[in-house]
Amino acid sequence: MEPINWHSVFFLVFALLACGFAVAVLLTSNIVRMAFYLVLSLAATSGLFFLAGADFVGAMQVMIYVGGTLVLLIFGVMLTAQGPFISMKTSAGEWTLGIMVGGLLLAVLLQAATSIDAWQPAAVIEGDSRPTATRLGMGLLGARVDKLDEVDPVQRGGMSGYLLPFEIVSVHLLVVLVGSAYLARPKKRVQNSSWEGLK
Amino acid sequence: MNLLTDPVGITHYLIVGAILFVTGAVCMATKRNALGVLMGIELVLNGANVNFVAFGSEYLRPGVLGIGLDGQLIALFVIILAAAEAAVALAIVLNFYNNHSTVDVDRADELKG
Amino acid sequence: MAEFLKQYLSPEWLAYAIVAFIHAFILINIVAVGALVFIWLERKVSGRIQDRLGPTRVGGKFGWLQTLADGLKLVTKEDLCPKGADQFLFLAAPYVSFCASFAAYMALPFADGWVGIRLNVAVFFIIAVIGLEVFGVILAGYASASKWSLFGAMREAAQVVSYEVPLGMCVVVPVLLAGSMDLVTIAQMQTAGATQMGWFTHWYVFNDPFTFITFWVYFTCATASVNRAPFDLAEAESELVAGFHTEYSGLRWSIFFMAEYGSMFAVSGLAALLFFGGWNGPLPITHWLGLADASNPVLHYAGNLLGALNFVFKCVVGVTFMMWVRWTLPRLRIDQVMTTCLKYCTPLAAAMFAGAVVWRFLLPGGLILPSDQGLVREAHTEIQAAAPSDPAAPAAADNTELAGDRVAHVTPQNELVGAGRGTH
Repeated sequence: MEPINWHSVFFLVFALLACGFAVAVLLTSNIVRMAFYLVLSLAATSGLFFLAGADFVGAMQVMIYVGGTLVLLIFGVMLTAQGPFISMKTSAGEWTLGIMVGGLLLAVLLQAATSIDAWQPAAVIEGDSRPTATRLGMGLLGARVDKLDEVDPVQRGGMSGYLLPFEIVSVHLLVVLVGSAYLARPKKRVQNSSWEGLK
Repeated sequence: MNLLTDPVGITHYLIVGAILFVTGAVCMATKRNALGVLMGIELVLNGANVNFVAFGSEYLRPGVLGIGLDGQLIALFVIILAAAEAAVALAIVLNFYNNHSTVDVDRADELKG
Repeated sequence: MAEFLKQYLSPEWLAYAIVAFIHAFILINIVAVGALVFIWLERKVSGRIQDRLGPTRVGGKFGWLQTLADGLKLVTKEDLCPKGADQFLFLAAPYVSFCASFAAYMALPFADGWVGIRLNVAVFFIIAVIGLEVFGVILAGYASASKWSLFGAMREAAQVVSYEVPLGMCVVVPVLLAGSMDLVTIAQMQTAGATQMGWFTHWYVFNDPFTFITFWVYFTCATASVNRAPFDLAEAESELVAGFHTEYSGLRWSIFFMAEYGSMFAVSGLAALLFFGGWNGPLPITHWLGLADASNPVLHYAGNLLGALNFVFKCVVGVTFMMWVRWTLPRLRIDQVMTTCLKYCTPLAAAMFAGAVVWRFLLPGGLILPSDQGLVREAHTEIQAAAPSDPAAPAAADNTELAGDRVAHVTPQNELVGAGRGTH
């Protein structure tokens, strides 16, 4: 019996969890359960990132996506989950249309994914020299130190640093903070005519 | 099963990404709850992230650097921007809820001609 | 160990599965037995602070087995589920909390090399995973279909998510000093360079005044993150019946508490590694005993074991300190909790971060961090030579530069970083 490739086993586990819980998000109509399944799906995706060698992205996914965005979403769910809104069912016509279009898209994507030979698994993954997060940090500062690993000088020319997007995203987050605070501010109540009589 | 013994390639990651993407897209299309639509958006962005990280991984294609760190950095930016967009979208949904006392997107038809 | 077992078992995967199981078993025992010990310790400490004795009957004069008796009682209790509750979420919530708390132990090193998995982004991973515990609380609060639970859960969620911000900023300061997010590296850097002696003066908490203050801010934020008093409004007994775990009984309730004590141990462990040298003691005892860099595997193991015991001792001191604070200070209101976070902890953490950067800048050597020197040197020489480098070299260079001088400075590297940033 061939030796089991543990990398593949864990990939299978995480992939099944991620896809399974994503489909569960789609199928359930209870909004709170949807949020819970989404949490589990995104956490499993983070596991997939770790397996692909993207440690920093995986940890960031857990921290920001699962620990931040989804907590936000769950707060929103709690604030609006009153009686009739917890379970809203979609009509059958919309389901058929959605599933048809989704199925077509899935077919196209799967066909594209499986048809390119260069993407098929080739050799067994050897060694354990995981790249450090220093390279990511240097890339964000503008110095692409992984550029030197690329043997093709033409490809090397297209690898630029990410300092400008980093700054843009920082300003973007500031704008979003200010904007959300403004949008969610407590608003003055409209005065009723009955109140004016009391003044 | 041969999946347990064969190494995993980019194809497998792309399949997972495709399933997440399509599930998110159908979720956006069919959910009546505005927050359900938001969850669909998160799934779509996640599917795209899986694709990016797969192409940027140096383990899935040994010897080929491909887009290298670009994949991970782009995924990083997508995560940040998704968080920002979820915050704004949630503020909009809460505003809608405060004004209309409902989160049903079918009720958002005031501009219907 | 896996290779050793492989020779005896015919299906090869069984050997790996057994080894993984043994490691997981050890880690989960640390959490479970730790919770047992901490609950007993809490009762004793709270008793003494309140001028009484605490448990004294079960298991001898000091009540050693009291928690075990309590555990047995909880196991035999009826497993309730309220009628209006969302059953699946109600049953699953404690396990979400526990998994989040336990996952932090995967990346927490107990001694040099004794770590579940040596992640390059270990600090980030632990902070991320500890922040997941809030999901269990929110789900428990919602699924209990009781307004006390929901209020407690919402308050706790707001608190934990808010305190993640100053917690992250405080944690960045030792990462900045060490130049790596790898916890094994950070603790190794807190010995004195080439001699590898572990005097306490090399601990980061005594490195500069900014890190010293950062430790106290970190401790406050960590206490808030794990919902310990004075930040324990989620389980505020006098106000909310019992907060988010009102409706839980028996083993599920105890799983929430295993998660809480597990998190307390994990954040104390993180504090010990980041600020107090991890397994490097106040005195270089392993060095004096000749166990530090022994080539004999048994002596090396003994040296590591001493380090692990040292680390566990520091964690227990941290946890005891949290308990001490709990039974001394009154509980804060939710608005006081938020004020502390947003008006005091966050600006203080940001100021300390800025101060630590400036302090580092004023030291000879500038901003080149020792564990970066290998990578930067590689990049510099390769850009000069315009030839592709060996991909394995940066990783190896990172490891070999660990024991190098902390204040080594080489001008070409400064220039490279200056060219990369355009600021020098």
